[in-house]
This record gives sequence, C-alpha cells and structure tokens, in this order.
Amino acid sequence: MASAFLHPGLLVVAAGLALALLGGRARAAVALAAPLAALWLVLAAPAGAAWSGSWLGFEVRPLAYDALSRLFAVIFAVMAFGGGLYALNQKSRLELPAAYVYAGSAIGAVLAGDLVTLFVFWELMAVGSTLVIWSVGTGPSYRASLRYLAIHLLGGVLLFAGIAGHVAATGSTEFARMALDSPAHWLILAGFLVNAGAPPLSAWLPDAYPEASWSGMVFLSAFTTKTAVYVLLRGFPGTELLVWVGLFMVFYGIVYALLENDMRRILAYSIVNQVGFMVTGIGIGTEMALNGAAAHAFTHIIYKALLLMSAGSVLYATHKRKCTDLGGLFRTMPLTTVCGTIGALAISSFPLTSGFVSKSMISQAAGDEHLLWVWLALAAATAGVFLHAGIKFPWFVFFQKDSGLRPPEPPLNMRLAMLLFAALCIGLGIFYQPLYALLPFGTSYVPYTGAHVVVQLELLLFSGLAFFVMLPMLRRTLTITLDVDWFYRRLAPALLAACDWAFRAVGASLGAARDDGMRRINAAVHALHGPQALFARTWTTGGMALWAALLLAGYLLVVYV
Amino acid sequence: MRDHWLARPETIRLLWRVFIAVLVLTVAAEFLVAHHPHFRIESVAGFGAWYGFLACAGMILFAKGLALFLKRPDTYYEKGERDG
Repeated sequence: MASAFLHPGLLVVAAGLALALLGGRARAAVALAAPLAALWLVLAAPAGAAWSGSWLGFEVRPLAYDALSRLFAVIFAVMAFGGGLYALNQKSRLELPAAYVYAGSAIGAVLAGDLVTLFVFWELMAVGSTLVIWSVGTGPSYRASLRYLAIHLLGGVLLFAGIAGHVAATGSTEFARMALDSPAHWLILAGFLVNAGAPPLSAWLPDAYPEASWSGMVFLSAFTTKTAVYVLLRGFPGTELLVWVGLFMVFYGIVYALLENDMRRILAYSIVNQVGFMVTGIGIGTEMALNGAAAHAFTHIIYKALLLMSAGSVLYATHKRKCTDLGGLFRTMPLTTVCGTIGALAISSFPLTSGFVSKSMISQAAGDEHLLWVWLALAAATAGVFLHAGIKFPWFVFFQKDSGLRPPEPPLNMRLAMLLFAALCIGLGIFYQPLYALLPFGTSYVPYTGAHVVVQLELLLFSGLAFFVMLPMLRRTLTITLDVDWFYRRLAPALLAACDWAFRAVGASLGAARDDGMRRINAAVHALHGPQALFARTWTTGGMALWAALLLAGYLLVVYV
Repeated sequence: MRDHWLARPETIRLLWRVFIAVLVLTVAAEFLVAHHPHFRIESVAGFGAWYGFLACAGMILFAKGLALFLKRPDTYYEKGERDG
C-alpha cells in the first residue's frame, strides 16, 4: 500500500520544489496532480502510525492518522488543489512553489504524531508562508513579510520552549491532551495561540495577509490559523480560557472589519472572527462543541478561500483594493459576483450553505451546556458576521455605487476554481452527512429543524435590515484602525529613535567636555613646555652656575647635618 | 443608455418591498414550527429578529465609538517605513 510509506505532506512539499523548475503544461499538471494524490493517500491510509521510529533518543511518529488529523489533512489537500487551480496563471515563479511547501508542511503538521515532528513542520510553514508574501516583491509586502516572520518566529520560540519543558518533565514526545498545570504547557498554548491569531497579537494577520498577491492570500487564509485550530483541538480541548479568548476574537474581527476599507483586510479580520468561533467551541469542549469546531474549520477553509478568490479576481482585473474605489462590478463580473455572494452567504451560515451545518453545532453545544452568556454572544456574533462580511463585502465591492469600472471576468482557471468552491459551499450545506462522518466524534446532530432555521433567518435578515438602515454610518473612508501592531510599527521605532537621539546628545556633550579638557591640558603643557615657557627657556650660564652651587650646598647640608 | 436593470430606482424600491415582506414572513413563520428552547429568552416572540437587529446596531455604534480613538488616515504607516 502506497499510503503506508508515502507521506502526503512531503509529497506536496516535493511537488512545490519541482514546480520551481517547471513551466507550461508540466507545471499545471504537477500543481493539480500533487494535491489530488495527497488527498487519495490521506483517504486510503488506515488509522494509526504509518511511520514510527526513534530520532536523537526520542520516540517519533512522523506520520499518524486518526479521525481528527485525517479531517484536517483532507481539507488541506482540497484547499491546495483549489488554490493551485486558481493560481495557475500567476506570473510569479516563487509564489506557487512557496505555497505548496506551505500547504504540504501544514498537512505534515496535522499528520504529526509527536511534538518534535509537529515543531519541524510548524516552522517550515512559517518559512513557506513568508515566502508567499515575499514573492510579491514590493516594498510594503517585503516589510509586511518581515513583520509576519518575526511574529511567527516568536510563536515558534514559545512553542519550542514549551515542548522542551514538556519533554524534560514527562520524557515523552507524544502529542496528547495537556492541562494548564505547568509553565511548559502555558508556553505551548501561547505558541499555538500566536498562530491562531489570538489576542494580543491578532494584528499580524490583517497586517500581512492582504499584502500577498491576488492568489497568495487564498493560500494564506487556509493553513496557519487552521493548523492552530487543529493543535488546540488535540492539545487543549475543554480549556475554559479558550471560551473567552475565542469570544474576544469573534467580536474583535467584527468591529475591526466594520471600520475597514480594504476589501481583503475586511476578509482578513473575518478570519480572526471565524477562528474565534472555533476556539470558543474548543473551550466548551463537549463532543458536540469539538465536532462543531472541527467542522467549522473544514467549511471555513472553503468559503473563506472562495471569498478571497472573488476578491482576488477583482484585484486581478482592476488592480484596486479599497472599497472607496470599487462598486458596481456586478455589471461586468456576474460570475465573480455570484460566487463571492455564495461565499458570503456561507460565512454567514445561511441555511443551505456549509456554514450553517458547522457553526450551528458550536451554538448547540453552548445551549446544551446551559452557557447562557456564551450562547447569547454567539448569537449576536452570528448576526455580526452577516453584517461585517456577509453583506458588507459583496455590497461595497460588487454593488454600492457605480465606480465606472467595467473589468472583465478573470481567466478560465480562476473561474473554475471559484465554481468548484461555490459548489462545495452549497453541496456541503445540503449533503452534510459525508462531512459529519469525517468528524472526530460520531454524531446524530440534525441541523435542519424548523425552529433552528427560522431563528437563524431572523437573526441574519434583521442583521441585514440593520446594515441598510445604518448604511450612512458604515460609509467607507480612507482610514485604517490602529491595532496592537502600532506598538511594534510605531512605538518601538520611535523609542529606538529617541534612544538614538539621547545617545547622540550625551555623546556630543561628552565629546565637547573631552575637547575642552584636552584644550586645558594642552594650554597647561604649553605654559610649562612651550617655546618661551619655564622649562624650555634658554638660561644664562651664570644662572646655571648659581643654581648648581645652591643644589650642591643643599646636598652638603643634607649629608652632614 | 439606461443603467443595468438591477441599479434602477424602481427595481430598488421593489427589492425593499420584497425584503420587508420576507422579514414579516420570517417572524410569522415562528408560529408554524415546533420550538425546543434551551433558555427562557428564546421563547420571547421574535427573539432572533429583535436580538439580531439590536446586536448589530450595538456593534456598529461600538465600532464608531472605537474609531473616534483609533482611526487614522490609511497612509499612516507609509511615512517612516519607506526606507525600512
């Protein structure tokens, strides 16, 4: 069996390296075939460790399958295929190879059966994703990629310190459920949360991702944050802290997206919002909640990629990214409009879309546990998702005003990728049983009950009413909203500049004092040893004889008295 | 040349009427389905409708309030980072 010895993640990484050398049809063939082969391997593999051994004295299981890891590996392979199809006409020679290394290492991370392997793939993801942003080659994207890398290396250091502490304390590298009972486990949690886009460092995500190319951000939206959801699901299910972290992320995403003008930054904030739903579910920790978090990660990857494909198509066709410059594009981009709107309905968890069958499980779990405040917050957030992404994105990009732009639809491969993911959004919303069968716990949950559908429609449609009634307050302006990244983009450079100024000022005054001191010493030396000074003067012979006589007399006195 | 049919004022008026009719029908549909509320507040008539509307209005107002302190021109970071 090929699935016993072939690693689907490494296969995609190898394909990425090969893509760097290929062109034309061969490039397209490898880009499309590698994710499909990986998908087949993941589905065909039996449960359990396929690879195991020992390395540097550690027991490692670099390739291990169970229901949870298989679910994430499946969606990552599907995402790599859809993203690859969409990016086939990308001119950059670096982006697609980097994206495949990134996607492959994400698959490797979720199939890692031990913490050592997990860490290796975790860092490889950071490198691949940084290169995706870097490949754009402009000044702003280069600087954004360095900030992105700095944050992820920080997360990697936290994670490594935690893993080292965990292995030292337990002697085991196994990746299993952990309690927050030691500094090492707190460090591991912190490392995971950095990648999830959790507070206080959420700002890396809307800062960096929108600087990627029209196709690059489609890849970036899927892997880093969802790998973090996976490791939280495996490592920290039922950790109550995560409920509050998740709810904070949910509302942070909504509020910042409401104020945002850049269409892809709106969608970036909404990634934080959606991951917040998953993190909340992980914090609730019941089988229903964990199933919901896992299912929501699965559906979210598809509809967020679809939304970013439609935004990418607009960027590709118009080279514009601000809502203030866009509007009225439905006239000449009907397919992109329809696909973007399907993605928007799915992220809003409209009935008959994939978001409905996944997010409902998290709310249901909060209800089952009688967590009234959590449940109310999730209901408000559900309405808020429709507000900030479900209507706001399609409205300002495709409708709103007539911007006068008449861009054409994107090329065929981009249209096909959008159609594929739009079909998945609706297909999973109607035929949800195959998805439920992949979930970590068996479930008999039925999302489509009369009361549930009606309440959901009420929440969403009246959210829509609020949007149009309050539209004047939502008018876009040429502004950004400050975030925690201000501390390292503005405050830290300003402090460095202030230190620099202080050093220069102190240095200048010390220099002046030194010069002054040197002048005084020079003057004193000059006064004694200068041409006409005491020690350099030409003395008369008589004077010398007198002084010699006086010295000898003094000598006699000292000897004989 | 006339604008796209979707952008004409009469279409937009019609869409508003349909939208309001759908809103009314959604709330009316509550009386046709069986409820299994987890919480007492869920049983209040039109819960999803008023809660959804008020939650959104609240979030918009909160966002506008936050913007008073944190809003900056979108060229804010461009200065000073240009040489970096």
